[in-house]
Amino acid sequence: MKRVIKFLSASFIFAVMVLNANLAISADYKVGFIYIGPPGDHGWNYQHDVGRKAVDEAFGGKVETVFQENVPESADAERVMTQMALAGADMIFATSFGYMDPVINVAKKFPKVKFEHATGYKTADNVSTYSARFYEGRSVVGHIAGKMTKSNTIGYVASFPIPEVVRGINSAYLAAKKANPNVEFKVIWIFTWYDPAKEADAAKTLISQGADVILQHVDSSAIMTVAEEAGVYAFGQASDMSAFGPNAHLTAIINGWAPYYVEKVKQGMAGTWKGGEQTFDGIGAGMVIIGDLNDKIPASVKKEAMAIRDGIAAGTLHSFTGPINKQDGSPWLKAGETADVGTLLGMNFYVEGIEGDIPK
Amino acid sequence: MDLSEINFAVLVASLIVASTPLVLAALGELIVEKSGVLNLGVEGMMIIGAVAGFIVGVETGSAYIGMIAAAVAGALLSLLFAFIILIMQANQVASGLALTIFGLGIAALMGHPYTGIKSPQISTISIPILSEIPILGTMFFQHDLIVYLSLISVLTIWYFLTRMRAGLILRSVGEDHDVAHSLGYRVITIRFLAIVFGGAMAGVGGGYLSLFRVPQWTEGMTAGAGWIALALVVFSGWRPFRLLIGAYIFGGITILQLNLQAIGVNINIAVLSMAPYLATILALVVISMSRFRGNRGAPGCLGRSFVKTI
Repeated sequence: MKRVIKFLSASFIFAVMVLNANLAISADYKVGFIYIGPPGDHGWNYQHDVGRKAVDEAFGGKVETVFQENVPESADAERVMTQMALAGADMIFATSFGYMDPVINVAKKFPKVKFEHATGYKTADNVSTYSARFYEGRSVVGHIAGKMTKSNTIGYVASFPIPEVVRGINSAYLAAKKANPNVEFKVIWIFTWYDPAKEADAAKTLISQGADVILQHVDSSAIMTVAEEAGVYAFGQASDMSAFGPNAHLTAIINGWAPYYVEKVKQGMAGTWKGGEQTFDGIGAGMVIIGDLNDKIPASVKKEAMAIRDGIAAGTLHSFTGPINKQDGSPWLKAGETADVGTLLGMNFYVEGIEGDIPK
Repeated sequence: MDLSEINFAVLVASLIVASTPLVLAALGELIVEKSGVLNLGVEGMMIIGAVAGFIVGVETGSAYIGMIAAAVAGALLSLLFAFIILIMQANQVASGLALTIFGLGIAALMGHPYTGIKSPQISTISIPILSEIPILGTMFFQHDLIVYLSLISVLTIWYFLTRMRAGLILRSVGEDHDVAHSLGYRVITIRFLAIVFGGAMAGVGGGYLSLFRVPQWTEGMTAGAGWIALALVVFSGWRPFRLLIGAYIFGGITILQLNLQAIGVNINIAVLSMAPYLATILALVVISMSRFRGNRGAPGCLGRSFVKTI
């Protein structure tokens, strides 16, 4: 069955790519985007597509963008990017972690094409990476979660055990613990970025075990719908999701890719674009945006949350400021010490206080 | 780790809800396959049911009218399949796959204006007296209408296939269409009806996803449920009750592993995630081995085109 699906998606993608190739012939500069899910997810992919549209708008007819949705993180990604490069793309944005090796492979074959890979860590002469410090946003929502929970149980629906997700859990936990020393985190890993039914099941399970605030690091808005129905709180992921739960939606961590995409395309056209760079921006640079705060949050908590946001933006506050121990009790950061980027990018451990193991 | 944190009554109630779309879609496919047709388009029919059900549900404000629309939409899409394979005699595997791709695409198109819209309210039906039994009441007697209907369908389809003449005719068409034809049964008509029924059931299964289980419309929301339904039909040996058990085991392990994770059980989570698939296959293999050895229940003419000779 899997083989059939693979064959199918491959031929389907091929057909679409041929179509796209025929469409993309007019503009001077062509930019391709590949998405892990549909841009209609109102989450991760939606925001990348917002960025793509911003590129369209910023350069008028001079730049043509093409995109391919639902590209699996496998050899299919290589095929799609190869096809894009053959069709004349000058720059390709690969917008999911799992495209890392495919990007490196395709970049070798097309040294003139510029590649931008989101959330990865491998670079080359024509590959740069970019990622957002989402964990900064999670400090803000973690604080709100800690203040809003009555059962002192916070649920966390996580996708894959990669550093980005682990970082988010740690950051949210530290902030919540600081706001409310009695909080406990329950984490469920569902091993998918986008499966509304699975996400809803995980959220329902957490609620049945007493969680009254749900955090998520998966892409769909299903959890928000479930939270609204159950009368608990949740936070929008990647996009504002208040439409799905006007009462449940406390705020959202919104990904702001548009300025970065426009800037990189500008550099690409001007010839100033450089490979091998690793961009890692947060609230300060506008790559992470805190959405509107729900009026259910008491004014004092709102104020504290905004203070955390502004402190992080100004650089006076860091999500990981010592003293912090690792889960096993061994010291990680001394008092006043902040985490270095290398450790953050490769983070594979829980901080002290979180129960359970990170799956391997 | 503290097992007492798991609410087992809620666990059973949610496994039933999680399994219901599978039960519905797989029952439909079971009838289709019993008539000798292999329709790999379940996923496509489910998603078209999901989107059509959601649209109509939102517009009318009634989830149940939405479910009727879901059935109609699934049936309409299956008509296309029926025409291609019965009249044009096209390859069933290829046509079924095409149906899935087509369904996914057209559903995304139709559903675009409906992403981010609240679904209509649904009411659960608490069966009087029974629903007040502690634990058991929560588990079994406080569900929505569709859950009860899915259980009634299992019973009805079992009765139809094993106790009714019409069911016998359907099975004979699936076993050997040439013989059935020579006996005077209308192979094409019977298969046509079976396919449309299968489409309607898959549509209902999809509608249950978007109107009851999640409930909202998102692109690609079936996420492979149609393929699992297809696999369930085969592993259940084309028997309705085994199919129900298989679906519940699948849903049960899925929900159980989420619960175990949330209480922090020290088991490799990759194994836990794989568990529903393994357990379902194992359970159904064991059931099929112990009794009725040799009789796997696969219809003899499954997937073969019927060419009228006389």
